[in-house]
Amino acid sequence: MRVRVLSADHAVAYAAKMARTEVVPSFPITPQTLIVEQLAEFINDGELDADFIPADSEHSVMSIAIGASAGGVRTFTATSSQGLALMHEMLYAVPQNRLPIVMANVNRSLGAASGIWVEYNDSMAERDSGWLQMYVEDNQEAMDATLMAFRLAEDRRVLLPVMVCLDGFILSHTVEKVELPEQEEVDRFLPRYEPLNALDPSNPMLINAIVSPDYAMEMRYQLDRAVDHSREVIAEVDAEFANTFGRRYGGLIDQYHMEDAEFAMLTLGTATGLARRTVDEMRAEGRKAGLIKLRFMRPFPFNELCGACQNLKALGVFDRSASFNGGGPVYTEVAAALCNIPTIVTGHVAGIGGRDITPEYMREMYDVVESASKGEEVRPVTWHGLRGDME
Amino acid sequence: MSEREMSTIKDIPANDMFISGHGACAGCGMAVAVKNIMRILGANTTVYVPASCLVVISAMYPTSNFRTPYLYTAFENTGAVTTGIRAAQRRRGLSSTVVGLAGDGGTFDIGLQALSGAAERNEDILYVCLDNEGYMNTGIQRSGATPFGAWTTTTPIGTKVEGKREFKKDLMAIIAAHDPPYAASLSIAHFNDFVKKVEKAKNKEGFRFLHVMTPCVPGWKSDPSMTVEIARLAVETGMWTLYEIDEGSARTTYKPQTMQPVTEYLKLQGRFRHMENGDIAKLQEWLCDKWYLHYGGDGEQPVCASLDKIKKVRHPHEEQLHFI
Repeated sequence: MRVRVLSADHAVAYAAKMARTEVVPSFPITPQTLIVEQLAEFINDGELDADFIPADSEHSVMSIAIGASAGGVRTFTATSSQGLALMHEMLYAVPQNRLPIVMANVNRSLGAASGIWVEYNDSMAERDSGWLQMYVEDNQEAMDATLMAFRLAEDRRVLLPVMVCLDGFILSHTVEKVELPEQEEVDRFLPRYEPLNALDPSNPMLINAIVSPDYAMEMRYQLDRAVDHSREVIAEVDAEFANTFGRRYGGLIDQYHMEDAEFAMLTLGTATGLARRTVDEMRAEGRKAGLIKLRFMRPFPFNELCGACQNLKALGVFDRSASFNGGGPVYTEVAAALCNIPTIVTGHVAGIGGRDITPEYMREMYDVVESASKGEEVRPVTWHGLRGDME
Repeated sequence: MSEREMSTIKDIPANDMFISGHGACAGCGMAVAVKNIMRILGANTTVYVPASCLVVISAMYPTSNFRTPYLYTAFENTGAVTTGIRAAQRRRGLSSTVVGLAGDGGTFDIGLQALSGAAERNEDILYVCLDNEGYMNTGIQRSGATPFGAWTTTTPIGTKVEGKREFKKDLMAIIAAHDPPYAASLSIAHFNDFVKKVEKAKNKEGFRFLHVMTPCVPGWKSDPSMTVEIARLAVETGMWTLYEIDEGSARTTYKPQTMQPVTEYLKLQGRFRHMENGDIAKLQEWLCDKWYLHYGGDGEQPVCASLDKIKKVRHPHEEQLHFI
């Protein structure tokens, strides 16, 4: 094991390199570009034996990735925001064809009122594409999640693409201490990729025919089941990762002080670190605060959340993107997951367009949830950190 | 596989890789082109087909008319997906010819960017444009390949505007600008020429491009028995020209003796039936310009004699032909 000081983008690139990725189609977009730049350096320095394919657009990046994965080799790429949106059409071809492509999406706000800073409205818009989605908290997890993503994607019980989502700039361009595993350890955890199906003239097959109503519904149902069944494999991969590398992340969700918590927040991405600190402060004040870290948006942990919230009076849900007229996407899904248990669910939108989430805002979120847990009336959804008179 | 180089129609293997039972219309020029291209390319081939008539007629689950590996995903990405397939197969030690079989809409218009990317990177793929001059699969809409004057459902014959007002895009000039190892235009009415060009493209490395005119019975409103005759007349009137660009040198592979009047071509197709003298003269003038640019201005063509504004000069870049 070596310790290096790396940005999350570089940590992801190291993971893709140690995974012995064979094809890397790429197109630049801030704040993702450091990933493909680093991979290009690895390849040109002979440290990674892979094809680096500079495409004409992100649409072509995903198309090349599909061709390469259908051709039977391990394929990795990275994108962000507008780039992910441009891939949208092609994203849908990947899960249904069971191609285990791994992609890092460096979260960045999408669309008008646009900037280059973190917001989750790029990847949240793709949550119904069939891709598995992980959100990470720090640079070490960005690396580890990327390694786990290959293992999970290529498991024959899964065979689905995985998107590793990391906060633009807060992680992508900020350096932290990262433990780099040894190549032999990674090779043990992630053996050489053997495709189940591949485009090969010695065994001709048609991949992705036109499908009539007679068959399409069953295919979509099979995809639904495959995404659901990946939950078991995620738990296994988490355990095996811990055995190999000594770090355990908890699978679909991670819990902090939830055993006796009366109220809690559910967070994803970098806001989790701040939430953990806030829980510590509140616990020191004798208040029974807890925290659930959402690691996977797909598969969504419906059962796991119900289990974790059985004795909880109120759960606040953090969203770094809005669904408009209904809070954020994580809030609506958590509310659906908990609709058969008495826990009150509140929505908390913050950090939009890269706005800093200060300790005060996180404290404010916890205060609202605590009030709800005591039976006080609170807003169903609160935007934290709005400036000016926005009523 | 036969080691002998194919040079005439008699050398085409009878072993079909694109088999019968597909859903193409009677008289479909595209089906004729694909059947013969696949015979020449043989079993060691991997096919990508974007959204088009071809995917619909050949790949309805759970059947396939291709005996080779086959992938379809979307409309605009033939240059990109074939790039990925080839990269993977090269890494896995496979030598197969990766071919993209795309229509004109998927090539001239929506697929142009991915095509340019693949050509610029000189990817080791064979790109075939099956040009029926419109979006026929979606019900006959205008594309950048549709000729001047033609009726389509989006260039209807109205009281103020009749048919397409723009001329056909010079796609091959765009391809030639990428300086690919090989590019050629093909006609299903010139089969010995067809065979040689597919064979040549198959045996080269790097980016190869074949442009085939494929008459479309419902889209052109023509008689199914006249498909090959229409393809032949396209060449005789200058609506289609046969040439190749081999490692940068351009060469005409067939030159008609005398330019036939364009009306010989138009009159066999309902899509031109509305055209009146003004538009016909405009199309004829454009064709005469193209003819002289392509074949040189030495011998005057009788059909062009009455037109005053014809430029009898070759393209300024002598070796770079200008194509239709």
